[in-house]
Amino acid sequence: MSATVDTAVAEPPVRRRRPARVLRAGGLSVRWERRAARAAVLLLVALVLLGFAALLTGPVAIAPGEVLASLLGQGRAGTDYAVLGLRLPRLATAVVVGVALGASGAIFQTISRNPLGSPDIIGFTTGAATGGVLAILIFRAGATGTSVAAVVGGLLTAVLVYALAYRRGVDGFRLILVGIGITAVIEAVNSYLIARARLQVALEAQVWQVGSLNGRTWTNALGVAVALAVLLPVAVGFGRRLSMLEMGPEAARARGVPVQGTTVVMVVVGVGLAAVATAAAGPISFVALAAPQLARRLSRTEGAGLVTAGLMGAVLLVASDVLAQRLIESRPLPVGLGTGLVGGLYLAWLLAREWRRGRG
Amino acid sequence: MTLTAPRPAAVRPRRGLATRSSWLVVAVAVLAVLCLFSLAVGAQGIPLGTVWRALWTDDGSDQAFIVADLRIPRTLIGLGVGAALGLTGALMQGLTRNPLADPGILGVNAGSSAAVVLAIAVFGVTTPAGYVWFAFAGAAAAAVVVYLLGATGRVVSPERTVLAGAAVSAVLVSFVSTVLLLSPDTFDSFRFWAIGSLAGRRMDIVVTLAPFLLVGIVLALGLGRALNALALGDQTGAALGVRLGRTRLLTGIAVTLLCGVATAAVGPIGFVGLTVPHVARMIVGPDQRWVLPYSMVLAPVLLLAADVVGRVALPSGELEVGIVTAFLGAPVFVLLCRRRRIAQL
Repeated sequence: MSATVDTAVAEPPVRRRRPARVLRAGGLSVRWERRAARAAVLLLVALVLLGFAALLTGPVAIAPGEVLASLLGQGRAGTDYAVLGLRLPRLATAVVVGVALGASGAIFQTISRNPLGSPDIIGFTTGAATGGVLAILIFRAGATGTSVAAVVGGLLTAVLVYALAYRRGVDGFRLILVGIGITAVIEAVNSYLIARARLQVALEAQVWQVGSLNGRTWTNALGVAVALAVLLPVAVGFGRRLSMLEMGPEAARARGVPVQGTTVVMVVVGVGLAAVATAAAGPISFVALAAPQLARRLSRTEGAGLVTAGLMGAVLLVASDVLAQRLIESRPLPVGLGTGLVGGLYLAWLLAREWRRGRG
Repeated sequence: MTLTAPRPAAVRPRRGLATRSSWLVVAVAVLAVLCLFSLAVGAQGIPLGTVWRALWTDDGSDQAFIVADLRIPRTLIGLGVGAALGLTGALMQGLTRNPLADPGILGVNAGSSAAVVLAIAVFGVTTPAGYVWFAFAGAAAAAVVVYLLGATGRVVSPERTVLAGAAVSAVLVSFVSTVLLLSPDTFDSFRFWAIGSLAGRRMDIVVTLAPFLLVGIVLALGLGRALNALALGDQTGAALGVRLGRTRLLTGIAVTLLCGVATAAVGPIGFVGLTVPHVARMIVGPDQRWVLPYSMVLAPVLLLAADVVGRVALPSGELEVGIVTAFLGAPVFVLLCRRRRIAQL
């Protein structure tokens, strides 16, 4: 049934859309769309190229040939240390954090049925910022302590918002509104803390709030990777239900989707992904919001597209990191400053192109 | 539903004209009482009788000075900015049909922030009166860019407007953070502006901004009918006789004027514009002709109440209005969300 619905409702017959393919093996079947697959391949290629650019980026200039030699295990000890010991773990962290943020954003945009949906909606990011800022300003915590505090702050906020929005089940719209209310309070706390602190400490907190990949090690990357390995399959497994949810709770219920159960699981998965990303790199803005929108426009499919959104998140984050490090030669900036610039300009450019072509 | 008159009022007779107007009158009365409190309460409490006399005659006393030169401008700014914020939120949400739309999301606040950061970092401006024109210009520029990117072209969807706002906002916020990171001095001035405060605003700001505010309010209140028709979708709206381009343009102008006034006077305040229209819709339903005036009255109620509370909340010094609005407004808002049927856009 699904395949016929998808093809029949598609665009007008100017250029007929090819039907989605279904691969079957035993009892399992996977549905895949050509355009989404093509977009995924494109993104992977971009990711490899940008990744190589990231390995070339750093305080010491290393020639591409030497980087390649190090990657193949034939480099000198000095370049090996810079490339394999410093830049590769940083790149790996960027990739996994990007995937986590992109997928998390796709999940929240589907649940909320709003293009602005992201972990911010249920207060996660702001709560995480409060946790981190409190840890820095009051407890003078180090990097690990700040990460832990951020995740605890984010989770507490998410639970609070969910509980306050719960009334015989959670309605997506009420979840957003309650999230807005609670987020406003927490944001007020954040700006109060920053305005009242001594300038030096306030600056430190401000820098952390932007999100950074400086000095990230394999431990950071591995932690996020493990979480991805656990959470992503759950999300992908719920993919069909998720695209039903996008039609609205009533329509989804009519098609036999257990709306409440699906929403709970997806909120948990989405918040989990945002939490591990924040723990690894701090509260990085805009990736969760922009990646699903950019992926959707690139693959020209409707709906969430968890995998493409995740890949787009990774591409955005790696590109932002390269840009932020190279923007001002003498002063590498944290990655969080690049994400708004790269993602925002890219999204603006896409919108402008749609504007010219007259697509909506 | 009849095609000629999309009036939700016809569906729900219990929210009749009389009920709606009487609640509006009550809200205005509450606002008037709050204005008196705003004149009387502060570091030095002044009895209401003295306030009343100081309003009409200047007897040269300290109290008359405080009322006339400090508290009247402050109260007027609270009133005006509150009305502006409430109206912009309602207009933006109505136009984009997105419940999350507000000056923050649509990039207008980011525009004025970027301009103020430039003012501090490049031109060395450090007073609210000096920020005004920068904030105004930044808000206007950002609004124009977002409008061109998201609300013109052959096919326009509400989604595009919101995304354009988010994109522009992200770029500008990145720019602001970069400047702040590179220049600690700028950060030190900016963090106090960004919190949103009514303190220390004098009559010159009121006089400067009043014309813009008035034009914005008149424009906004006239748009209710057109926005009502647009709520049914762009095509239905056009079929009902709404000129889409004109409505969008007028809404854009009103939003720019009102947002510019609000951020110029007090800094970027996020919560009010976003939530007050929701509360208005919970009371009067989705009819924009009522949502707009209700938002215009309820928002200053919240803002003035927050400002008065902020003056006395701490044993010494003041709590900025941007902080208190969230603490005062959010619990009420969350409670309303739980209690009432939420009127969707």
